[in-house]
Amino acid sequence: MNYISASPALLPARAGVGFKPEHFGAIAADQQPLGFFEVHAENYMGAGGVPHAQLRFLRERYALSLHGVGLSIGSPEPLDRDHLARLRRLCALYQPESFSEHLAWSSHGGVYFNDLLPLPYTEETLAVVAAHVDETQTALGRRILIENPATYVRFSQSDIPETEFLTELTQRTGCGLLLDLNNVFVSARNHGESALGYLASFPLIAVGEIHLAGFFDASEAGAPLLIDSHGAQVADEVISLFEWTIEQAGPLPTLIEWDNDVPDWPLLLAEAMKAQDRLRHAERGYARRLDRRAL
Amino acid sequence: MTSVMSGVAGDFAAALRDPLVTPPAMLSAHAAPAASTRFCVYRNNVAVSLIGALEARFPATRRLVGDEFFRAMARLYIKAQPPRSPLMMRYGDELPGFIARFEPAAEIVYLADIARLEAARTRAYHAADAEPLELSSLAALDPENFARLRLAPHPSLEIVESAFPIVTIWASCTGEAPLTAVEDWRCETALVARPRLEVEVRRAPPGAAAFLEALARGMSFGEAADSAAARAKDFDLALIIASLIGGGLLVPADGVKQMETIHGYLA
Ligand SMILES: [Fe+2]
Repeated sequence: MNYISASPALLPARAGVGFKPEHFGAIAADQQPLGFFEVHAENYMGAGGVPHAQLRFLRERYALSLHGVGLSIGSPEPLDRDHLARLRRLCALYQPESFSEHLAWSSHGGVYFNDLLPLPYTEETLAVVAAHVDETQTALGRRILIENPATYVRFSQSDIPETEFLTELTQRTGCGLLLDLNNVFVSARNHGESALGYLASFPLIAVGEIHLAGFFDASEAGAPLLIDSHGAQVADEVISLFEWTIEQAGPLPTLIEWDNDVPDWPLLLAEAMKAQDRLRHAERGYARRLDRRAL
Repeated sequence: MTSVMSGVAGDFAAALRDPLVTPPAMLSAHAAPAASTRFCVYRNNVAVSLIGALEARFPATRRLVGDEFFRAMARLYIKAQPPRSPLMMRYGDELPGFIARFEPAAEIVYLADIARLEAARTRAYHAADAEPLELSSLAALDPENFARLRLAPHPSLEIVESAFPIVTIWASCTGEAPLTAVEDWRCETALVARPRLEVEVRRAPPGAAAFLEALARGMSFGEAADSAAARAKDFDLALIIASLIGGGLLVPADGVKQMETIHGYLA
């Protein structure tokens, strides 16, 4: 079943930042030149206190993206109904412009692993993931975005390319996609493939948000291995993928994800402003091309 | 569902939980590094994130045992009691109990109590908001009406009783008080609460635990004072009022957030 919600409002096609509580003072001191903030939904599932006070503050002043990390949509097991109910309450309370989750699993047999784990891509897993996305969209009463993962291994059973899997998922469920370009680069390098090749077959039409982040290079001689660390500046190669993507698709809401070794606010804001400049540039180019097409 | 998919997730999960279990056979790698090396990225991510969550929640406990000991203990705890929910804010609620039974830490007799205090701090941080009762709003009450007040502990409040001076030890571990030898080695009860946005830890006056327990059972202020006085011999009502009401640790029992009229709180 396709779930097409009357989307209340969408994230603006500008740069945003993943919110870290240590930046709250700096953020609150001034109106920031950002399109939106993104928060991890699970950090706001307590009853009250500072997290909710800060989120209320952000909600009143900025567009908001709620990013789930614990629903385990890629699991063969049924979705956690209690968790779905908590997500529903958060969405109802904060009315975020976007809700997103991952093409990954994080719980199994009652244990939560606190990491985004990979799944094989087959007809069978596609049916399960589509059913989970469907259930989530129905529970939340809105269209959601699903993020492409950074992966380190593949499965011998996989017989559907990831981009085809995601395309099919959007067609079966009506969901949108969150395109993490750092994940694209990391996975491509880890599996010896071309990141641009991946992007060329990615359904850009379904993308509702872009993630940019830094990786950690754990390569050894003859054994390339990149790790999605969210702990560094966005790499030049990932910036190039970003430029290519927004040239093709036009400007999109773009988030700087920096979760570890978090820098001071001015440095993080500067990263976001670099992305903002590129979005502005892409917008001009995109508008020119549209004009030419109109002639 | 019996399927390739559940087999994959099951094998993957088992190998994540136990480093002695070999990584699942169906993993593939197009080239070096080998699939088993790649799998270790996940194993490492899981361990680092869970240990990190415990380190962040139990900084004083960690300081008392040192980084290396804490990490080793955390690994054993994670293996014995992995997270059961995606709410990481709750992970570690059972660490104090684990420490109490953890032989290698037995020498630090107060360690489990410090961990209990720290676990309570996180719960207080995330607890429901409630407007504390202001001492000034009660100034006009005569003693008889004061005694008839129906109050309740603030939703964030937890009492951590200990046979050791845990508030003093905790404060010196967190830099909230100078790190000195504890001179006055006697038991302390901690009141952990978040009356507004800041989590506060304070020493409970004598009889506070008995008094709060009586309030929580639905007794009026006066009844609770009598009950606590009977149970704690050095009970001092003036100290209780100063600490609990002055500290913002009590709320109207009916849960009303804003105090409209003082009569609303009379029995
Ligand atoms: Fe991401």
